[in-house]
Amino acid sequence: MRIAIYALLAGASALAVGWGTAISSQWWFAPKLTTEVDASDPDLIARGEYLARAGDCVACHTAPGGAPFAGGLGLQTPMGTIYATNITPDPETGIGSYDYGDFERAVRQGVRPDGAHLYPAMPYASYRVVSDEDMQALYAWFRSSVEPVRKENQPTTIPWPASLRWPLAWWNMLFSQPRDFTPPEGGDPVIARGAYLVEGLAHCGACHTPRGLAYEEKALSEDAGGSFLSGSVLEGWYAKNLRNEDTGLVTWSEEELATFLKTARNDRTAAFGSMSDVVEHSLQYLTDDDLTAIARYLKSLKPRAGREQWVPQEDVTTAALRAGDFSAPGALTYVEHCTACHRLDGMGAPEVYPALKGNSMVFADDPSSLIQVTMAGGRMPDTPAHPMAFTMPGFAHLTNADLAELMTFIRNSWGNHASSVAEADIARMRHEIANKPTHYAPEAGQ
Amino acid sequence: MARTDAKKDVVIVGLGWTGAIMGMELAQEGLEILALERGPNRETVPEMRYPNMIDELSQGERHNMMLRPAQSTVTIRRNLNETALPMRKWGSFLLGNGVGGSGVHWNGQNWRPQPIEMQLRSHIRDTWGEEIIPEDMTIGDYPVTYDELEPYFDRFERVAGITGAAGNINGEVQEGGNPFEGWRSGDYPMPPLPVTYNGIKFAEAARAMGYHPFLRPGGNASTSYVNEYGMQMGACNFCGFCERYGCYQYSKSSPQTTILAALFRKPNFSYRTGAEVLRVEMAADGQTATGVTYFDEEAGEEVFQPADIVILAAYQIENVRLMLLSGIGTPYDPVSGQGVTGKNYGYQITGSTSMFFRDEHFNPFIGSGINGVCIDDFGMSANDFGALGFIGGAYISSAQTNGQPIRSMPLPQDTPAWGAEWKSGIAEWYGHQMSIGHHGSVMSYRGHYCDLDPTYRDRHGRPLMRITFDWHPNELRMNAYLKEKIEEIARSMQPDVMQSSYKDYNSRYDVRPYQTTHNTGGTIMGATPETGAVNRYLQAWDKHNVFVTGAGAFVQNTQYNPTGLVGGLAYWAVDAIRRQYLRNPGPLA
Repeated sequence: MRIAIYALLAGASALAVGWGTAISSQWWFAPKLTTEVDASDPDLIARGEYLARAGDCVACHTAPGGAPFAGGLGLQTPMGTIYATNITPDPETGIGSYDYGDFERAVRQGVRPDGAHLYPAMPYASYRVVSDEDMQALYAWFRSSVEPVRKENQPTTIPWPASLRWPLAWWNMLFSQPRDFTPPEGGDPVIARGAYLVEGLAHCGACHTPRGLAYEEKALSEDAGGSFLSGSVLEGWYAKNLRNEDTGLVTWSEEELATFLKTARNDRTAAFGSMSDVVEHSLQYLTDDDLTAIARYLKSLKPRAGREQWVPQEDVTTAALRAGDFSAPGALTYVEHCTACHRLDGMGAPEVYPALKGNSMVFADDPSSLIQVTMAGGRMPDTPAHPMAFTMPGFAHLTNADLAELMTFIRNSWGNHASSVAEADIARMRHEIANKPTHYAPEAGQ
Repeated sequence: MARTDAKKDVVIVGLGWTGAIMGMELAQEGLEILALERGPNRETVPEMRYPNMIDELSQGERHNMMLRPAQSTVTIRRNLNETALPMRKWGSFLLGNGVGGSGVHWNGQNWRPQPIEMQLRSHIRDTWGEEIIPEDMTIGDYPVTYDELEPYFDRFERVAGITGAAGNINGEVQEGGNPFEGWRSGDYPMPPLPVTYNGIKFAEAARAMGYHPFLRPGGNASTSYVNEYGMQMGACNFCGFCERYGCYQYSKSSPQTTILAALFRKPNFSYRTGAEVLRVEMAADGQTATGVTYFDEEAGEEVFQPADIVILAAYQIENVRLMLLSGIGTPYDPVSGQGVTGKNYGYQITGSTSMFFRDEHFNPFIGSGINGVCIDDFGMSANDFGALGFIGGAYISSAQTNGQPIRSMPLPQDTPAWGAEWKSGIAEWYGHQMSIGHHGSVMSYRGHYCDLDPTYRDRHGRPLMRITFDWHPNELRMNAYLKEKIEEIARSMQPDVMQSSYKDYNSRYDVRPYQTTHNTGGTIMGATPETGAVNRYLQAWDKHNVFVTGAGAFVQNTQYNPTGLVGGLAYWAVDAIRRQYLRNPGPLA
């Protein structure tokens, strides 16, 4: 009995210490800055606008059809839905009362002025590396140029006790330590600029780096194990491996990559799913120099051992299909439903219909994106320079068996080689698409 | 009952090819523009998506892409003494409907007129004397020349992404192109597509007879293409579903693939579907239009849309009707020959010879809307009207646009049309047939015109358009001449079976079988208000803020498919609006 009481007391005091530590941690790690920022400096504002594009703030902080930056977009997490907040300069419902110190602590450290912790759905762990100058520019732009909108923030649907925010301080201590940007070795300023954007504002890792058990990105910058940007599944899309290796980007040239980032299309592939939105809202606005820097940095990411090259097998598919030999499982379905655009040689057409041959999304380790785009369809973004939002219709009306065979065929034809896709994979995706949060659901075009 | 909406700078009636061109070019001026489209919205995905679109029963037979006759139709008669009756199922021609208009369901065949076709009356007068022109033939000169329009033909071809091989660049005849075409300032924006076997076989035969075969130009992309608006197309795959269908894969030139997505980005442009324009409203003094009244399908009410400029960009038939319903121009009277609105309705004459080769395979399921080889050796500029006894011309071609099962099962004519023998006929002959046809000019005549039907009305109580048209001996003589020339080529190819389908001298216009949707005239251009409903800039003579685009402007039909001239005239007219009219609104001629 006594032991039990001691244990309870010990537990309670540990919890109290933990709680105390957690709620006060911000004061140890995050002293509030007192820098004065001139939010009327036009140069600073202009740079801030550019950086806000690079950070794609608008994508999460704007509800579909809602006022820009007024929040409301729901982000699905395993625990419940988190709604992005109002970051317009409205003094009561937005960030209008924030001074620069408040703004900096929220963006780089994930802490609100009232001391509450933000959910790491906000990629502050990535924004840690954003420079002071860039933070000040962002602040100047948000304060001076974003239209203030009075709109209350929507509470999350995460149930108690998971809804308690203070344990997030521990999460931060483990996964979001203060750090400064460290340029990659080699001293190339272009690569350094690319790394700064990729690791920081562009927060590419939020989708493209695999996450651990605590929802943390396994690496926030290039790591020895090569998990940074090595591909991850999110809302049923496989955000592809961006490392310079076999199923990553080794077959892409720097120019192809930069073109893709700018226009969402190049001679081998096209953006779909969330990446289409990223190009539409963010990347199309970046300068060619910055896009080249991003591309060059990604191409500098070292391949993991044994994955240095992509070695295609011999293409026997084209000749077979041209000869009318549809005996391979899935071949007939391919010819019936896919050939119209992707063609018998699997090459599609430059900038219009993505190639399937040699397309690393097709033979990615995880086939989720291939399955989902086939079933639900995909739409390229429409941008001022490329208003044509080429759209692939969905083929969910095909049976699971047909789709599984088709996916396996595409992943293993024209020299491609990858694991096969099972009917269960299709069934799982069918369920995922049916239960998809509407804000990210691609237009299925049925 | 009627609602009035906020005023716009420009209201455009119809969002097909010319509505899209006008919208885009005027949106670049920063004007507030509203386009009103009678039919539904149409995008490549979902409305034309694969595989749903390529359903011959729905689209080819039941005309799902077309105007529903229950919504609006036309009445037809062949002469002034007949009583016109309404068409209840489309036949001879197919009227488009919805965003993209007929630019969605066309084959894509795109030609420029020959220079002499633009000044036809003067050409005949100078060459043979006006006395060879039949008394009732009301042909004239367009009040604009080929040379003036050349930059605008070029512009349209570059926007629309036309494939082809030039035959005449700045007067230099080019190997492989049409040596009879008017001069062009540059080559086509895309090279020609490859051609199917029938075309190769026809080209060999034609060349052996001293003719000049060339690949048909048109709007089926041969490569990935980007136009001046940033719009993109990808190469055609010869699926054989062009005419009557929307292209599911962004390969056929259409407003959707070449203009609309870029136009829809413009904040000063908007459009409404389900908005059927009932009439153009006039200012009290009758000198200008004040806007249009349309029926809002969704709200179920009439809406007055005020605007400074009204552009009638509907199909030829509806444009003529709106002019007559709104009192724009003097209605044409075929008895006195006075008046202009509705005058010079024109059409196209066609005929073909079918050849069956037991041992040859043509794979008719491989096709595209423009696929084919043509010769222009019997075109307008090649024909000696004085010696031949007719005025006109035609290009001859061997096309292979589709092998669709319901409507493209040609059989020797002694084969039964149903039953076991029909089946064995199909088994024996499917894929063994090719044809050679002609596509010929139709002149304008005093008795061929459009007016408001005295009896039949649409659901809004407005009179239907009445078309009075029949074949004239002039065209039937030309048709007989072309039959002789085509059969000569066909015989040289030594088919196992050969059969011809041409009108004879007793033929009357039959509205049932499909012939062509090349209806022209009725809102004709003229150098004076007495000779045209619109001036050389497609501006209504009597209402300077009303412009009327489309093939209605054709003084007489040309020997070619009309879209190239329609597109060229639209760019020509909108250029005049941009350069002159906006600065100084008033009559441009």
